[in-house]
Amino acid sequence: MDRGAEGKPDAAVVRDALGVGIAVGLSGFAFGVTSAGSGMTLAQTCVLSLLVFTGASQFALVGALAAGSNPFTAAAGAFFLSVRNAFYGLRLSQLLALPRVVRPFAAQWVIDETTAVSLAQPSRRAARLGFTVTGLSLYVLWNVTTLLGALGAEAIGDTGAWGLDAAGPAVFLALLAPMLRTATERVVAGLAVLLGLGLLPVLPAGVPVLAAALAAPLVLFLTGGRGSARPGGEGR
Amino acid sequence: MNVWLAIVATAVGAYAVKLAGLLVPEGVLERPVVRRLAALLPAALLAALTAQQTFADGRVLVLDARAAGLAAAAVALVLRAPFLLVVAAAVVVTAGVRAMTG
Repeated sequence: MDRGAEGKPDAAVVRDALGVGIAVGLSGFAFGVTSAGSGMTLAQTCVLSLLVFTGASQFALVGALAAGSNPFTAAAGAFFLSVRNAFYGLRLSQLLALPRVVRPFAAQWVIDETTAVSLAQPSRRAARLGFTVTGLSLYVLWNVTTLLGALGAEAIGDTGAWGLDAAGPAVFLALLAPMLRTATERVVAGLAVLLGLGLLPVLPAGVPVLAAALAAPLVLFLTGGRGSARPGGEGR
Repeated sequence: MNVWLAIVATAVGAYAVKLAGLLVPEGVLERPVVRRLAALLPAALLAALTAQQTFADGRVLVLDARAAGLAAAAVALVLRAPFLLVVAAAVVVTAGVRAMTG
């Protein structure tokens, strides 16, 4: 059996990575169903999973388009949700030390789950293996289950009658929950809810979400240095 | 056509952001304020999206079966249920409430 420098067997790294890749990859079903239920075609749903490949942004985009948002407002909301991936990339580029020619190919897999698995490994060799196995298994499974979910939703017709329109907000809540560890994060989320709902009747579709995003810089500004000096909560 | 425009814009933006993190020299993104903002931005967006997709019908605020579904998802999260079970709880409860209330 091959072992990395620090002694963690390759098989153990692969097992951890596959566990995350398979568990999260299966939630492509939820995206496929939600996307088809929001009126996207099969091709549009599959292209989103193939090319965007960052779950929250995909859910946000189809939700915004279904609500009648204009394409650029919808894309802006999805884009802001994906900005965190740049910070994952920064951490990973130090950790994995990938050759420059490989980076454009590795970039598509720079997401929450691959970062979490890579950061948890004890050596560079294990981190590279963990990144690759998580990225590959998650990418393949996410796209296969997206296709199956979309086909399933088209087969059953009215997704609302099956309660499937609740999948989108449930996914957002599940992604949000681990982010609410500190008081600052909770205040930001609470303010964003008020802005998002309060502005809904008065601003064009899609814009209230972008306005709600202003809760982040607003709270950061109001808490001043305290917000940035605190060591906790900077791990993402 | 508009939908494809949004999809292409999102795909290009999402990929550019991922690649930027791998290519940008160290230090540019390492300023504390930028890091804090990047960590808080998803929390704000996800909170607003959760609320809107639960309580909005077009541009009108409503309270319907989806709220019960979201409450079920919240309970599942508190019980540390796996991701798919959280989503399933929301779907099943929403469908159940809708079936009972017609």
